[in-house]
Amino acid sequence: MVIEVNQITKRFDSFAALKGLSLQVHPGELVALLGPSGSGKTTLLRIIAGLEFADEGRILFDGADAGDRHVGERRVGFVFQHYALFKHMTVLENVAFGLRVVPRERRMANADIVKRVHTLLSLVQLDHLSGRYPSQLSGGQRQRVALARALAIEPRVLLLDEPFGALDAKVRKELRRWLRRLHDEMGLTSIFVTHDQEEALELADRVVVMNHGAIEQVGTPEEVYNTPATPFVYEFLGNVNRLDCQIENGAVDIWGARVTAETQDGTHVPSGRVAGHAYVRPHDIEFTDNASAQPAIVRHVAAAGPTARIELEMAGIPHLIEAELPRQRYLELALKAGQKVMVAARTARVFPAK
Amino acid sequence: MRPSTANNAPAVFDDNPPARVRRAFWRQPSVLPGFGLTMGFTLFYLGLLVMLPLAALVLKAMDFTGAQIWAAATAPRALAAYRLSFGAALIAAVINLFFGVLVAWILVRYRFPFKRVVDGLVDLPFALPTAVAGIALATLYAPNGWVGRLLDPIGIKVAYTPLGVVVALVFIGLPFVVRTVQPVLQDLNKDVEEAAASLGASRWQTFQRVIAPSIMPAALTGFALAFARALGEYGSVIFIAGNLPMKSEIAPLLIIIKLEQYDYAGAATIGSTMLIASFLLLLPINVLQRWSRLRSAEA
Amino acid sequence: MAFGRAHTDGKVAALTESVAVRAVLIGLAMVFIAAFLVLPLVAVFSEAFAKGFGAYVDAIKDPIALAAVKLTFIAAGISVPLNLIFGVAASWAIAKFEFRGKSVLITLIDLPFSVSPVIAGLIYVLLFGAQGLLGPWLQSMDVQIIFAVPGIVLATMFVTFPFVARELIPLMQEQGTEEEEAARSLGADGWQTFRRVTLPNIKWGLLYGVLLCNARAMGEFGAVSVVSGHIRGVTNTMPLHVEILYSEYNMVAAFAVASLLASLAVVTLLAKGGLEWRYGHELAASRG
Repeated sequence: MVIEVNQITKRFDSFAALKGLSLQVHPGELVALLGPSGSGKTTLLRIIAGLEFADEGRILFDGADAGDRHVGERRVGFVFQHYALFKHMTVLENVAFGLRVVPRERRMANADIVKRVHTLLSLVQLDHLSGRYPSQLSGGQRQRVALARALAIEPRVLLLDEPFGALDAKVRKELRRWLRRLHDEMGLTSIFVTHDQEEALELADRVVVMNHGAIEQVGTPEEVYNTPATPFVYEFLGNVNRLDCQIENGAVDIWGARVTAETQDGTHVPSGRVAGHAYVRPHDIEFTDNASAQPAIVRHVAAAGPTARIELEMAGIPHLIEAELPRQRYLELALKAGQKVMVAARTARVFPAK
Repeated sequence: MRPSTANNAPAVFDDNPPARVRRAFWRQPSVLPGFGLTMGFTLFYLGLLVMLPLAALVLKAMDFTGAQIWAAATAPRALAAYRLSFGAALIAAVINLFFGVLVAWILVRYRFPFKRVVDGLVDLPFALPTAVAGIALATLYAPNGWVGRLLDPIGIKVAYTPLGVVVALVFIGLPFVVRTVQPVLQDLNKDVEEAAASLGASRWQTFQRVIAPSIMPAALTGFALAFARALGEYGSVIFIAGNLPMKSEIAPLLIIIKLEQYDYAGAATIGSTMLIASFLLLLPINVLQRWSRLRSAEA
Repeated sequence: MAFGRAHTDGKVAALTESVAVRAVLIGLAMVFIAAFLVLPLVAVFSEAFAKGFGAYVDAIKDPIALAAVKLTFIAAGISVPLNLIFGVAASWAIAKFEFRGKSVLITLIDLPFSVSPVIAGLIYVLLFGAQGLLGPWLQSMDVQIIFAVPGIVLATMFVTFPFVARELIPLMQEQGTEEEEAARSLGADGWQTFRRVTLPNIKWGLLYGVLLCNARAMGEFGAVSVVSGHIRGVTNTMPLHVEILYSEYNMVAAFAVASLLASLAVVTLLAKGGLEWRYGHELAASRG
C-alpha cells in the first residue's frame, strides 16, 4: 500500500495546522511522525485516516483518491491515543465490533467472528482476558486490545496516535519491540505519531520530523540523527551544544577547525559577515592534545552508566558545554571537576541565524 | 479466515463512488453522521415550541400604540406588582445566597447524622410541584399554622403579606446556590488553604481571602439563577401571598388577571416588561461572573 | 465527637473549625432546612390524613380527581417522550460537532428556565387563543388548542423541554468523540454508532434527565394554569385540581391529591439520589 500525501493544507479557524505538506509512505514501511505538540503531526495522521478532512491537497491510496472517503471506507486501522475502547463492552466484544457492524449480507457467521477474535487476542497475548471490561485492564493491556480491534478489520494501513504515550517506561519499551515484530510479521504499512524522539529513532524505518505544520526532514533514524537538515532537527533530536558564531564569506572557525556554513533550504549562504549558530553533538567533542584543540575547565562530571557526561567551561562561551564519553575513555582520562583539559570538535555544522 | 469482501477486490476502494464530504463555512467537517438530521430537528422543534410563540408575544404587543403600551406598563397597579416581584425576589435571593453557601459548606466539609438525607432533600423544591409547596407553606405560616402560631404572638405575620411572598421564594430558590457552590467547594484544592494556614492566616482570614473568592463566581451564578426563578414564580406564591392589589399581588398574577379580563394588550405588555427587565438585571450579573471567572483563571 | 474527627495534629486543626463553630454552623443550616424543606413536606401528609384514612381515600377516588390524574399522565406521557427525542437530537448536534452559533443555540435551549411559567402560558394564548395570531384561522378549522388538552400539552412541553438536553449536552461533551470515531473507523454506520456506542454511554444520564423532566411535567402549575381554562374533569391537571379544592377550603381533598404529587417528588428524589450514588461517574460532570 502506497500512501501519497500531496500538498495538504488544514486550517482550524485562523490557525494553520498543516501548510501544504507532502509525503510518500512505501508499502511495508513503519513511519514515525515526530514533532513537538502543535506541530500538526496528529492532524496529519487523522487526515490520512479520514477522521479529518484537508482544506486543500490530496490523499492517494495506491494511486486512488481517498480524499472524500470517510474513515470507515478507507479500511485503515486506527489506534487512538487514549485507546477509545468501548467501556460497556467486553474485550471480546470490542474486538468483534468491526466484524459485527458489517452489513448482514457480507457479515461472517457469529461462530466465525468469535473464532477470529480469539485468534487476534492470542496474537496480542490477551486471549485469557476476553471476558474482562476495559476498566479492568492495565494500560498496556488496553493498548493491545485497541490494536487487536483495529487489526480485526484487516486494515491495509495501521495508524497509531501516540501509541505509547500513556504508558510507563518499562511497559513502553516492551510494547515497542512487540509492535515492531507485529508490523513485520503481518506485512503492514504503519504510521505512528510520537513526540518521543527515542521512540521514533528506535522503532521506525523512516522518521518524519515536523514543526509548525510543515516537514523539517524525512529520513532514516540514522540520517535525521547524524545529518540533521535544519537547526530545529538538531535541537529536537538528541542533545546538542549550540554556539553563537560569526560566519564570514560562508565559513567559520569552530575550535580551530574550518566549517562551511549551510542553509536549511540549500540556498547560498550570504557573503560577508552574518550571525550564525554552530551545532556540536556532545559525543562529537574530543579530549585531545592536537594543535587546534581549545582549553576548557571541567565543571561537573556525571559518570553513572555507560557514558559519562562532562560539563565544560570555555572562554568566550557564556553557558556550559556538554560532552559525552564512553565509560572506558572517561576512566582512562580520569577527569575531575576543576581539571584543565583540551577539547576539539570531531564534526560541527553551522547554519546562519534566522 | 479473511472476510469475503477483502479477497479479490481489484479496485482500491471496494464500493461505489463515495458520498462527498460536505463542507460548510459554518462548521468543521466531521466523520460522525447525523448533523443535518439532528440539527434540523433541533431547530424545527425549538422554532415551533419557543421562537414562534415568543414572536407572537412581540407581535401582539405591537398591535397597540406606544401610548397604550406605556399606560399598561406603568399603571400604578402594575408598578406595585413589579416592585413586589423584584423586591421579594431580590430579598429571597440574598437569603439563599447566605444559607446556600452555608448548606453547601456543611455538606462538603463536615460529617453529621443524616447528611445524605439532607443532601437529597436540598433538591426538593425542584421536584415538589409548586402548587403543593404553595398550599403547604400557606398552611404552615397561616396564623393558626404550625409556624404561624409561634410567630403570631410576637407580631410577625407571614401568610397573606409580602413576607409570605419572600418565604415562598426562598423555598423555590434554595437549591440553586447550594448546587452551584457545592461542586466548587469539593474541587477546591486543600493545599491553598494549607498554604494560607502555613503563612499564618487564621481560619476566618483563610475563608475571607482564599475560599470566598474561589466560590464567588459559582455563588453569584446560583444567586442569579435563584433570582431569575423567583422573579417568574407563580404557583408557590399565590397561595401564601394574599393577592391584594397594590399590596401583595405579584406581576405574574397580574398577567393572569389581565388575561382573564381578556385584556391581551395589558397581559402582553406586562409580560414583555418582565422579560426585558429580568434580562437587563441578569446581564450585569453575567458580566460580573465572567469577570471574576477570568480573574481566578489568571491566578 | 459528634462533629467530625478529632484532630490533634496542629497543621490539620488549622484547616478546620472548632467544635463550637462547627456545631453552630450545622445547627443553623439544619434549622433552615427543617423550616423550609422538612416542615412543608410533613405538613402535606399530615393535612392529607387529618380526617383519617377513609377521607383520604374518598378524596382520591373522586371521579374528578381521577380525571385530573388521567390528564396529568396524558400531558406527561406526550411531552416527556417528545422532549427526550429533542434532547438526544440537540445534544448530539451540539456535543459532537463544531459549528458557529453553538452558544446562542444553548442559550435558546435554556430559555424556558429563565422565562416565568406564566409568560410561557401567555405566549401560547397570544398565539393560539381566540384573539391570538392564529386564533381566527384555528377557529375556521374548528381546532381548539387553548382551554383544551393540546394547549396543556404544549405548555407542559415548553416548560420541560430543556431538562434532557441540559443533562446530556455536558455529559456528551465530556465524553468527546473518540469512541464514535473508533466505531466509524471500524466500519459502523451512523445508526450503529449511536445505538451501540453512544447510547450505552449516556443511558444513565438520559434516565436522569427524563426523571427530572417527568417530575416537572406532572407538577407544572403556572403555565398550565394559564392555558387550561379550569374546566373540572376536562382540562384540570392534578396541580390545578389541588388549587381548586384548596380555594374551596376542601383541605383534606386538596392535600390528599397534593400528597400524591409529593409522593412523586419523594420517589423522584430517591431515584435521583440512587442514580447519583450508583452511576455518578456516568452523569454530567457538573454534579458532585
